[in-house]
Amino acid sequence: MKLIYSKFCRTLIAAACVSLVSVSGASAEDSKLPIKIPIKNWSSQIVMAHVIGGMFESMGNTVEYVPVDNQASFEAVRAGDLTLVHEVWQSTMQNAYYNAMETGGLIDAGTHEAATLEEMGVPNWVIEKDLCPGLPNWEALKDCHEAFATPDSGGKGRWLEGPQSWHGDVMPNRVKGLGLDDKWVVKFAGAADALWAELKAAEKEGRGTIIFNWSPNFTDASGFTFIEFPPYFDGCRIADGGDLTTTGCGSPAGWLKKGAHYKFPKTHPKAYAAFSKLSFTTPQIGSMAALVDVDGMTHADAGKKWLADNGDVWKPWTVSVLGAGN
Amino acid sequence: MQYYSKHPKIVQFAVLVAVFLLLCFSITPSETNYLWRLPALFSKLPSLINDSVKHLMFDWMLIDVYDPEIEEYEQKPLFREMTRSISSFFLFVIIFVREIILGGVKTIVAFTSWDFVSENEWLRWPALPWTVISGWAILLGYKLQGKRLAVLAAVTTAYIGIFGQWQPSMETLSFVLIAAPVSFVLGLTLGIWGYKSRLVEAVLNPFLNIAQTMPHYSYLVPVIVLFGVGDHAATIATIIFATPPMVRLTLLGLKNVPPEVVEGGMMSGCNKFQLLFRVLIPTARRNILIGVNQVVMQCLAMTVIASFIGAQGLGSNLMIALNSLKIGTGIEIGLCIVLIAVLLDKLSLAWANKQTDYFADLGFIDRHRYSLLALAVFAGGCLLAYVGSLVFKEDFNYLYIVPHNKGITTAPFWQTGVDWIWDTFFYSLKSFNEFLITNVLVPVKEAYLGMPVAATFLLVMGIAYILDGIRSSLIVGGFLLFIAFSEYWDRALITAYMASISVIVSAVIGITVGSVCAQSSVASKAIILMCDFFQTFPSFIYLIPVIMLFGITDTSVIIAAVVYAAVPATRYTVEGLRNVPPVLHDAASMLGVSRFQRWISIELPLAFPHIMLGLNQTVIFALFMVIIGAFIGTTDLGQLILKAISDAEGTGIGITLGLCVAFIGLAADQIIRTWVNARKKELGLN
Repeated sequence: MKLIYSKFCRTLIAAACVSLVSVSGASAEDSKLPIKIPIKNWSSQIVMAHVIGGMFESMGNTVEYVPVDNQASFEAVRAGDLTLVHEVWQSTMQNAYYNAMETGGLIDAGTHEAATLEEMGVPNWVIEKDLCPGLPNWEALKDCHEAFATPDSGGKGRWLEGPQSWHGDVMPNRVKGLGLDDKWVVKFAGAADALWAELKAAEKEGRGTIIFNWSPNFTDASGFTFIEFPPYFDGCRIADGGDLTTTGCGSPAGWLKKGAHYKFPKTHPKAYAAFSKLSFTTPQIGSMAALVDVDGMTHADAGKKWLADNGDVWKPWTVSVLGAGN
Repeated sequence: MQYYSKHPKIVQFAVLVAVFLLLCFSITPSETNYLWRLPALFSKLPSLINDSVKHLMFDWMLIDVYDPEIEEYEQKPLFREMTRSISSFFLFVIIFVREIILGGVKTIVAFTSWDFVSENEWLRWPALPWTVISGWAILLGYKLQGKRLAVLAAVTTAYIGIFGQWQPSMETLSFVLIAAPVSFVLGLTLGIWGYKSRLVEAVLNPFLNIAQTMPHYSYLVPVIVLFGVGDHAATIATIIFATPPMVRLTLLGLKNVPPEVVEGGMMSGCNKFQLLFRVLIPTARRNILIGVNQVVMQCLAMTVIASFIGAQGLGSNLMIALNSLKIGTGIEIGLCIVLIAVLLDKLSLAWANKQTDYFADLGFIDRHRYSLLALAVFAGGCLLAYVGSLVFKEDFNYLYIVPHNKGITTAPFWQTGVDWIWDTFFYSLKSFNEFLITNVLVPVKEAYLGMPVAATFLLVMGIAYILDGIRSSLIVGGFLLFIAFSEYWDRALITAYMASISVIVSAVIGITVGSVCAQSSVASKAIILMCDFFQTFPSFIYLIPVIMLFGITDTSVIIAAVVYAAVPATRYTVEGLRNVPPVLHDAASMLGVSRFQRWISIELPLAFPHIMLGLNQTVIFALFMVIIGAFIGTTDLGQLILKAISDAEGTGIGITLGLCVAFIGLAADQIIRTWVNARKKELGLN
């Protein structure tokens, strides 16, 4: 009886909390427990962590930064070792994100305004040198695979895809779906830095290379062109019920989501309300990364500078929660 | 027939190879042919492991736990609460040590609450000035060994301080300062227990075997599930990694204590406790010291991997630097890790070597000289920090803390070096790489994948039978059977192909270099130092330049593996050759043997068992690195281990794959070790 009662009670309180948060901002005070923000291994993510941390601190919260492997971070949020994740890329991270949500413990905390693109593409010199006439249209790939062959690709052109943990067999299936599998072969790189090392080596030789990349990213500055594949539609991928006739579809214009531990709204109602309102655009994310990648600042300093320069962007989120004058 | 009785093993090998080839060509590749591939009977194993861990962690024995933050009861499984309390204990200790060094507020929070601390802003634990810590390190080095260690301590702390890595280094240090002693004590205790009880030893043995051969990456997912993410989880993963060698070496040392010594102890009337701590352990000291060395090395070798599950400090900064191809910064951080490893290693060795002076009769000042000096350093450091606060009013107080990444940096220097290598060797290496891939690697890989499962079993079990006998052969067969019944046989073959090429190359390099260096004592010391360097220098740093030179290919993986796996081959060769008794050298010289002849027919055969143990380690190291090669891009077991971290069934998949890798290593270990023991008996070396 006690068990049922406590369960009922819990559901009731949870429901009450959620509705409170969504209706009127928040009434309860935030706990002083530190909010744990993940530090992963790419610039924009780390600077954004410091930006969000700085925002929470301005609201009177304590913050702690925890370095963590990207793919492991979702399990960590689920278990409460991290309070939130703030940069969840659709194409490469939705598996881990939804796995954690399904098992329970991770909640959706809204979506950034920024649209992301995660797609196969070529560095601009490939187009300038005309190594594959007709790019960025994918049809051009039918006739230029020799320029992208490597010693171990068996005469076929090589698509360098990111690690298999990012989105499984989507790319091999796409190659099959487009009927390119007799000319192209997909190779999985082990980590993002392997992609950048390949990019640099290819640039030195001026040879062709096709790699998986995304935008906003630091490669935007040096020139990178994404290949235009047949448009994405719901259910075209095998995991969503598609078959080899439809897997040729390209990547969707992706979302960039946020997630939080399920207790975050209860322990820090104000911080959570601000966090769920928070939404960055592509140029904003780019400017965060540039402070580190271009200007050579440390991530923490870049976060501070960004907050100082962009008060009009982030202040409204905290003001809407704390009320004006804060 | 006469030839057979003279060289029975050669004939046996010839027959084995002939039958092996016959099988290879006669068995038709098809999925239904069990001689070609065994059915994946164990394909359910990952989800089985996963479900049981999940059940244990989430459904078993639910208890109501009150959460004061949200003021309600939650149902939490008992086991999870238990693992979580272990991890929060570790977290507390780490943070305690960290805050003594770097300052902070969390230790105070542990005794009060966040609310209390945020109301009392002044309540902050101050950091120790860096001058104090450096001074203490130098003093400790001087006390334990003398000037040389003091200089090493000075160089290390100066390097860390000047190049702006102070804070991350201290974060790493605080976590090593917990992980290393815990591993040491745990290893020593388990070792002693195993020595006392045969049953315990028998139970420990398989666990040690697996823990030592399982790639550390494969138990990260289970550690996350059981203990969470953060410094505590990283510490636990490190302890799992660092304890087994300590247990092994303690056991070995205690077993080698001569019975006369034990009897002597008993005759002097030692009780059990005294016998253990006054007689057995001091006698077994040499092996226990090697254990201490291994614990320290393993702990620092884990810093990078540990950052995947939340360890703060050098490891995570290293991964961030490498991800934007800042190799120079990476090398700078890597050198910090190496320096800390060498310093801690030497300090712990000096501490363990220090003899108690039972006859000293000193006054107060002499007895407490070092403690008083340490106090003086502390006072001086604090004073300096205060003076600093007057001098550097606006900016950082450089006499108090060293800001991260604001010091001078050596990164451009290293970067230029790497760029120079890249510019100079790029094209010549490229053609070498193409040749290697098309003429060696691809054919070998295809040959491995083209082996029917029956032929593989015959070959491996046959080798074990010829070298060691039927028992070994059956054990090895058992290991292979597990892999063959899992669905990862083909991937295991690819791992085996890269590992075996790496082992051959590493062994050739290691034995050659080791033999040459062993001829002089100076060269021996230098090469052992090199070995220490490459064992602790994080391999992730050279993965990137290797990728830039050799592309995302198997060549890169093999080269990275060779750099790492040549270490034990070299080390054991040098040790083995140096340990050949000088009397034998003299005897040989008197017989008029040339230097080369002496090497071929006297030194090598005598050192052979030890070199083979090195080869054994080389196999394990090569397997480890081939698995880490997944970060370059492979299609073997490592790729799936890497993927497991984002997989819903990651725990089960990670453990199963880890076992597959461990069993490859254990099969090789079984063959080599049994053979070495037999050889030792023949040579009368025991």
